[in-house]
Amino acid sequence: MAGAASPPESAAEGSVLEVSGLSLDFGSPRGRIHALRNVSLSVPRGRIVGVVGESGCGKSSLAYAIMGLLAANGEVTDGRLLFEGRDLLKLDQRELRAIRGQRLSMVFQDPMTALNPVRRIGELMTDIQYRSGRSPAEMRRRATEMLERVGIPDAESRLAAYPHHFSGGMRQRICIAMALLVEPALLIADEPTTALDATLEVQIVHLLKNLQRELGCSVLFVSHHLGTVAELCDDVVVMYAGEVVESGPVREIFHRPSHPYTQALFACDPGRIKQATRNLPTIPGELPDLVEPPSGCIFKDRCPERFEPCDRLKPPAYAAGEGHRAACHLLSPCRPLGSGPAGEGAR
Amino acid sequence: MWIYFGRRLILAILVVVIAVTLLNAMLHLVPGDPAVMILGPRATPELIEAFRVRMGLDQPFHVQMATFFWRLLQGDMGTDVFTGRSVAAIVLEQLPFTLTLIAVSILWAAALGIPLGCFSAIRRNSLLDKVTGLLSVSVISIPAFVMALYALLIFAVELKWLPAIGAGEGFLDSLEHLILPAFTVGVSWVGYMARIVRASMLEVLGETHVRMARAFGLTERRIVFGYALPIAILPTVTLLGVGVAYLVSAAVFAEVIFARPGVGALIVEAVDSRNYPIVLGCVLVTTALFVLATLVSDLVNALLDPRARESL
Amino acid sequence: MAEVPAAGRRFRETALGQHLGQLLRDQLGLLGLVLVLLVVLSALFAGWIAPYDPLKIYAGPRLAPPSWEHWFGTDHLGRDILSRVIAGGQVALQVAAATIAAALTLGIALGLLAGYGPEWLDNLLLLLFDAVRSFPVIIFALAVVTLLGPSLYTVILVVTISSVPIYARIVRTQTQAMKHNEFILAERAMGAGPLRILGVHILPNVVGPLLILASMDVPLVIAVEAGLSFLGMGVRPPTPSWGTILNDGYNYIRNSPWPVIAGGIPIVVVTLGFTFLGEALRDIFDPKLRKDL
Repeated sequence: MAGAASPPESAAEGSVLEVSGLSLDFGSPRGRIHALRNVSLSVPRGRIVGVVGESGCGKSSLAYAIMGLLAANGEVTDGRLLFEGRDLLKLDQRELRAIRGQRLSMVFQDPMTALNPVRRIGELMTDIQYRSGRSPAEMRRRATEMLERVGIPDAESRLAAYPHHFSGGMRQRICIAMALLVEPALLIADEPTTALDATLEVQIVHLLKNLQRELGCSVLFVSHHLGTVAELCDDVVVMYAGEVVESGPVREIFHRPSHPYTQALFACDPGRIKQATRNLPTIPGELPDLVEPPSGCIFKDRCPERFEPCDRLKPPAYAAGEGHRAACHLLSPCRPLGSGPAGEGAR
Repeated sequence: MWIYFGRRLILAILVVVIAVTLLNAMLHLVPGDPAVMILGPRATPELIEAFRVRMGLDQPFHVQMATFFWRLLQGDMGTDVFTGRSVAAIVLEQLPFTLTLIAVSILWAAALGIPLGCFSAIRRNSLLDKVTGLLSVSVISIPAFVMALYALLIFAVELKWLPAIGAGEGFLDSLEHLILPAFTVGVSWVGYMARIVRASMLEVLGETHVRMARAFGLTERRIVFGYALPIAILPTVTLLGVGVAYLVSAAVFAEVIFARPGVGALIVEAVDSRNYPIVLGCVLVTTALFVLATLVSDLVNALLDPRARESL
Repeated sequence: MAEVPAAGRRFRETALGQHLGQLLRDQLGLLGLVLVLLVVLSALFAGWIAPYDPLKIYAGPRLAPPSWEHWFGTDHLGRDILSRVIAGGQVALQVAAATIAAALTLGIALGLLAGYGPEWLDNLLLLLFDAVRSFPVIIFALAVVTLLGPSLYTVILVVTISSVPIYARIVRTQTQAMKHNEFILAERAMGAGPLRILGVHILPNVVGPLLILASMDVPLVIAVEAGLSFLGMGVRPPTPSWGTILNDGYNYIRNSPWPVIAGGIPIVVVTLGFTFLGEALRDIFDPKLRKDL
């Protein structure tokens, strides 16, 4: 996405994070679930990259894989996770820990469970600075300052409070304050607004955007909410059933969605439905079984535009515009002109 | 929270009242004269009559119960049939021995069981975890008095490392006399604690806030002991309160087998000689102990958990 | 489950087969099964197995160490300890069987009553359950022994009373959960009596947990019986019980260690056996069930 025409493998220049060919399995009683398959994306320095898709598409697994915090039954089987030039998958636990909470930090989905219930906010916030070499007083001063920046009133006295003293929205602000307090090069936000109600969601998104501008870090923003992504992100990666189906700058993706899945996603987004309809549209069909992913295109069973090559060949990421790529046979340069990508709303 | 404690206390008192009433009622329901039962078959009719009057047994049952509870409120648990001493004095004289035994037992059991549970949870499915699990089940299921007998046989009789009987005099001697009884009373609790701590530790380690702590690169030691243990310990504290009741059972055997003074030894002796007031006194004291232990553990639990502390 | 009895039964049969396989694969469970079978079979066939009369006082050596004639040695009266241990197993298992049968029956009845009956009855029964459980079993037993005198029946009575709450609570919880089930409301509307609902819908759901609890309760019952007999407050001499064997041994512990060693082994074997078996059963049938203390 960073360089217009260059393939992602060589786009390390200017990227904080470079995911290439990442595959990830989860062990389950039914067999190995191939949760991510050959996922590539990059997060350029100082930009916000959104990862969107339905629940179950693997976007959270991607976030946890980057953090090295996969559940015990998860295993990366292939690929690279280049972070500031170093492959996270090749680091041992100690080296990983040195990166986590210093260069890399994370905001979790549910603020109600993300903060330790028996430790004070001040303790939580000084604990995470334990490697900074600052004095305790300095650590507390920075914590107070950051709490003020995320909009916690009366921050200094609130350091003595416990997490259960705060509402969900306030707790998520605290989580963001903690994640940014360590001055990371990359912040991973895993659906940070999903557990909050709509008005809070807007506030949190604005907060993230402002702070990101001030601090200049990169953000990988995982969400299933298109509106939030449009509001916040510079680039967008669309995932479906463990694969990247489309990626590009946010304006490109929103104005010219090129993959039928992205189009369907937009069609179902309540915020973008122009006419008042009785029923909220949904994408027909179900997610494919990831224990045995089907051959060919992963979306073929639910795709309205399915045609002959979809069953045989897995579509590569074709160029669809400036820095814009989509994995769909409709975009193949070999296809006769005139039957190009269907536009928005073409149904 | 205070309301909760109030309810617990009322419930506890009700439990004691019901229990004592039931015991007394049984005394009246079983065939035979309670006075004869208490004094034994060899008592003379005059002695029995005098005893009946002294104990209020000539009065109707409900009056007896009312008198009993009224006196109990004043701290009077009746008088010993044989010596004429106050039951309260006799029982309270023995109580410190039992309390010391129980306290020492639970302390060493906690000191060993909690770390074992922690390490089993951290190194799940390791050799340590499997061995701890197996040993836990074993020490939990083998009865305390069998443990006591084997310990006595091995360490006191055969190896002669430790004294076999009595409570000892002076601090060091007493301590030496405590080792075997405290081992037998506490050993099953090492197992209990290891299991409970392991289970709740595994649960806590799977919670999001632990993942978050890891995401911030905190050391595993800090996460386990600073972030997870304070939460994982809470069920154990609750269990400890209930545990006192079970420790009393084990203490009875330890006191008999190691010929230690204590409430357990007292009650066994009293049962042997059909000294009913003493038996009842011991039952009351142990029940009170149980209720108190439960309340204290609830209180400690609340103090350890900031969420509960504030509702105090 | 209950809606389609035929299909349900077929499913259960295959499931049972799978579970047995699982039990046999679980090494500890298998060990438990073997230990339990060892004790049960030796108790059942005591007459054939026991080399001597457990009660008869022989003129032979007293407090003799193990030998080919007396595998576990002899006690202070010259009785054969192995024969007494085998006979003690009979007593222990009788007490266990009687207690568990009685406690199960009472527990199911009271649990159903608490769960199905009016609220005041439920509260009253819960209070009683709490009252029973706030006594250490041994203290409770000693109090009752003072009243009724030491005997096998006193032991059975005491342990039954102290075990009832465990079973009753499970049945009560299940009953309450089922009481408002739409299916059952419909049956009641069609005129099904409470007994039918209890028998057809509630009991089948609690049988599994109850049996697991019972299996885990056996070591407790046997420990209490042996413990009381050890204190001289249970089975009366000369009837052999593991507890009385231990008590005899304890009195002569300075003369010979063998009676204590021999009397303790069967208790260790049987408690470990039932616990391993019970845990394996729980893991297989009902991993979520935890025996609350």
